[in-house]
Amino acid sequence: MKKLVILGAGTAGTIVANAIVGKLPADWSVTVVDPDESHLYQPGLLFLPFGARDERKMTRPRKRTLSKKVEWLETAVRHLDPATRTVQLESGDSIVYDILVIASGSHIRPDLTEGMPAQEPHKHDIFDFYSLEGAQRLRDKLAELERGRLVLNVVEMPIKCPVAPLEFLFLADAFFKRQGVREAVEIIYATPLDAAFTKPIAAQRLGYLLEEKGIEVVTEFSTGEVDVGARQLVSWDERRLDYDVLVTIPTHTGAPFVEQSGIGDELGFIPTDPHTLQAKEMPNVFVIGDATDLPSSKAGSVAHFQAEGLIDNILRMVAGEPAEPEFDGHANCFVETGNGKAMLIDFNYEVEPLPGRYPLAGLGPFKLLGESRTNHWGKLSFRWMYWNALLPARPLPVSARMSMAGKQTNATA
Amino acid sequence: MLERTIAGTNVHFDGQGFMTDYAEWSPAIAEELARELQIELGATHWQIVNFAREDFSSTGKSPGLRRIAVQTKVPMKQIYQLFPKGPGKLVARIAGVPKPKSCL
Repeated sequence: MKKLVILGAGTAGTIVANAIVGKLPADWSVTVVDPDESHLYQPGLLFLPFGARDERKMTRPRKRTLSKKVEWLETAVRHLDPATRTVQLESGDSIVYDILVIASGSHIRPDLTEGMPAQEPHKHDIFDFYSLEGAQRLRDKLAELERGRLVLNVVEMPIKCPVAPLEFLFLADAFFKRQGVREAVEIIYATPLDAAFTKPIAAQRLGYLLEEKGIEVVTEFSTGEVDVGARQLVSWDERRLDYDVLVTIPTHTGAPFVEQSGIGDELGFIPTDPHTLQAKEMPNVFVIGDATDLPSSKAGSVAHFQAEGLIDNILRMVAGEPAEPEFDGHANCFVETGNGKAMLIDFNYEVEPLPGRYPLAGLGPFKLLGESRTNHWGKLSFRWMYWNALLPARPLPVSARMSMAGKQTNATA
Repeated sequence: MLERTIAGTNVHFDGQGFMTDYAEWSPAIAEELARELQIELGATHWQIVNFAREDFSSTGKSPGLRRIAVQTKVPMKQIYQLFPKGPGKLVARIAGVPKPKSCL
């Protein structure tokens, strides 16, 4: 029996496992390694701080998300040795693969910021919304907040879901207005980049959003330290920013085994061919989703669009054929803008987010790079799609490659 | 797209002053661009600029500050002293690679 092994059963690993298990020749088996008993719908985390209480619908037992034909090992990976094609597991066992897919994601690392409390940061009014517990604690805090300076900082790029900080700011503005305390709560965004919107056409069309909502933006602020005693963020160039409540988006890294095995870059992301998704330095290994070092966004939609080409390339390898450059960097994200509206953006390695309609030219129903209520309902209904179509690898009416249909190609900044 | 003559070469820039053609770059152009930003390029500046170019050519993206610090072994504080106020952007400007950006 030949073995396809998938490390990680998040969005990427689950889609690949479920889609490929019926396509491989009969002498192949599919094994997934993931230590967590449940699968978390991460896009739902964004809404918890603002009063959503649907945690129950955000997790499912992992067993239910994987095809019965897939073997799941409930343990973590300790070490990978590409020379002997061996994966050592925390359980003490090891597996030898014929083909490996690394889908071990990205993980927040607050410990990489100097001064960040190692235990119970919420007791120092420091929160995150990239974990279930962080988002729940933040919900408790925001419900009682009546005044003060709320600072959201991105420590460094890349982060998972690069639009999440903007969405958080927009939703925070709407939330504090609903609470009747917006006048007394300042909202400040500290970004290491040189603007909140860094692509020219988006910057020109969407700059109004932050201004209109009265959100202050502090640019090129690379956080070097948190001074918990003084309640200040300190940048590498020694600027200080006061906060009463800090919502931090910490440094992201790959899975611990990547660093321990010496197969990643300085953040533990794995050098990957941008189009075939093969690991650059490991034969018979593919990388998908947040685990790659690619410039494509770390987002579920990217994992979804990568999966199709990656599966084709695994099947080519099984058949003894060379890999094809299928992935074009395609990403597609709903961006909540508050008050029941959202935007949609659709882009790839070459094409920045453009205005227009999606997926059908002229008809939509979704509006690109502009706000609409339909977009917001699209975002909310996506959870059903995620559990019932995306993870089980049923066909979805969107193509893996980005299409120019419906996009205004004459838009300029 | 803007075009200027620098160090005897026609060089193309985007609206924010970043070079758009990696191949047009030369050390003489870097010296001139740095001077416009009030930076005199010393040996450590060059180490960082050269790394940014090599890294962009092999990975297809401009390196972040942590990557620059780890790979060149120049401490973060020193990078900020060498390229004051926004080294990520300044290194990219001088090295002729795109500025660090997000998806939107």
